[in-house]
Amino acid sequence: MLNLISSTWEWLVGMLPEPLRPYAMPILAITIVLNVNLGVCSYLILLERKLSAWMQDRHGPNRVGPFGLFQPVADMLKLLLKEDVIPGHVNKVLFVLAPGISVFTTFLAFAVVPFGPVPSNLSPGDGQFPFIIAPGVDLGVVFIFAIGSLAVYGIILGGWASNNKYSALGCLRASAQVISYEIPLGLSVVGLAMLNSSMSIEKILINQASHGLIGWNIWYQPVACVIFFIAAMAEAQRLPFDLAECEQELIGGWHTEYSAMKWGLFFLAEYTHVITISFLTSILFFGGWHFPIIAEIDSAYPGATLVKVAVLLSKVFSVIVLIQMLRWTIPRFRFDQLMGLAWKGLIPLATVNVVLVMTVLQFKVYQLWLFPLSMATFVAAGLMATQSTRPFERRGPAPVEEQGHGGHATAH
Amino acid sequence: MPINAKDVEWVEEPPMNFWEATFLPAVVDGLCATGHHVTHFQSVTQMYPEVASDLPKHYRGVHRLNRDDAGRVKCVACMMCATACPARCIDIVAEEAPKDDPKWVDRDKFPKSFVIDELKCIYCGMCEEACPVDAIEMTHIYDLTGMSRQEMMFDKEKLLSVFDQTKDCGLDPVRTHKGRLGPASDFQQLPTLGPATAVLGDDRSAKATSPGVIAD
Repeated sequence: MLNLISSTWEWLVGMLPEPLRPYAMPILAITIVLNVNLGVCSYLILLERKLSAWMQDRHGPNRVGPFGLFQPVADMLKLLLKEDVIPGHVNKVLFVLAPGISVFTTFLAFAVVPFGPVPSNLSPGDGQFPFIIAPGVDLGVVFIFAIGSLAVYGIILGGWASNNKYSALGCLRASAQVISYEIPLGLSVVGLAMLNSSMSIEKILINQASHGLIGWNIWYQPVACVIFFIAAMAEAQRLPFDLAECEQELIGGWHTEYSAMKWGLFFLAEYTHVITISFLTSILFFGGWHFPIIAEIDSAYPGATLVKVAVLLSKVFSVIVLIQMLRWTIPRFRFDQLMGLAWKGLIPLATVNVVLVMTVLQFKVYQLWLFPLSMATFVAAGLMATQSTRPFERRGPAPVEEQGHGGHATAH
Repeated sequence: MPINAKDVEWVEEPPMNFWEATFLPAVVDGLCATGHHVTHFQSVTQMYPEVASDLPKHYRGVHRLNRDDAGRVKCVACMMCATACPARCIDIVAEEAPKDDPKWVDRDKFPKSFVIDELKCIYCGMCEEACPVDAIEMTHIYDLTGMSRQEMMFDKEKLLSVFDQTKDCGLDPVRTHKGRLGPASDFQQLPTLGPATAVLGDDRSAKATSPGVIAD
């Protein structure tokens, strides 16, 4: 079966003119990633609606098709066929551009994320499926963060071009939040980069896989993992961090004025972002496609590649489900709490974590000491948080209304 | 009134302990709670059109006119329900019971026509409360439809047929005085009642020759 597919593919590539042949495989990868991503996004939305329904003792969407399985199709059709309203008071160019920027940047960030075991001897044109759109990017992590922070342009432009106070407030909040959380996000990965002496996502993955289960970065960087996860959720504007679009205060936040497919694009961008951060979390901290016994670095049984892909995808799926469950579990932060968490909690913790890694590397201590050390840091931070809270002072007596204050007080 | 400082109690939020300050245990706790709902899924949603909804016992649906043992309409046409009705949807025409008919010998009045406008009705249940002989009751039937407004004016026959439909279905038992008229319709000697409160010596209204007229 696989042979048949690969020989058909080779025949198809052979049909192409010579200079185009090296591009065939990347284009195939891009096509697969884009289309799978779109389909998966719509079904993740269904999953999220079902999950939230089950959590709240409801049934969730169950009218379209068996168990509501065709609901995404109905949703997509609705979004496509709805009237696309562009209000008269908006800046039309930026208003139309903003959803495009959002989707473009989130998809672009996916370019350096491996979604399977990337072959080590990859060269263009040798017929191996790369399992990554852009192989061999040595600054993969930095690339993702750079592109990810570009995504805020979509939000800012959308909110500003809407010419609406709710949108403006939403996009201001979004920019403040994204800029604040960039720092812990970046700092949490610095430790990883130092431990693996590489910024390439593929290399970090291979490094973990070659050391077995004990090589997973979660054992060396547990606190960094938590920081990364929290900061990445904040970057993706997922609840509990969706201050930018909180309905009670800002109607719809920065996409108040958007409707139909333009709104759908924002939504798609958010979900793609969630998928990307789930990939990153499982690749950077949980060993990617590695799993003891069934998917080791040297497992070469037939179909091992598919098993590795399956292992990676199930890890990613678990992280996505965790993110979705968190959304329906934790209430939204207040804005000062959000900022406090980043600046007073995550950034100092991440910095201490980086210092720990540097110390361990400098003095060539056994690296697993990082696990207890990280835990100790976490406990210390918790203790500092409890101990530094000033005891509540008893407030003074309640303000007593003055007697004889004009005719008002005597009239009671 | 000015607030008395003594009455004011300040409620402080309790200081966080170590585990609360680190947030994560609380998050895990929350995830356990929501996850438990997912794994032990028990829906509170009723799948209405497919599955009949589970109505409370006191549900107030379409009215019915109860029958007594003899199969006659229980209503004695006292107009209490029509008077109590806030929506004024009950229209009763009373008639004297045919005294020469042995079937009606124990009855004074009966409704010649009894029409409830089910579209006007607000289903408050006041008629049921007001009825002294428990003749009008509300049932569990809520899905009533009609092709015209006229169809939704339920007359005596229709209301009696609702009784025939619902009396044995279990959801709408005849609640009180099954088969008999209520105590209000019984002829009986009421005991003379004394005044509820002691009458003061200078209460002029108590000395009045006829009620409502106070003599100087």
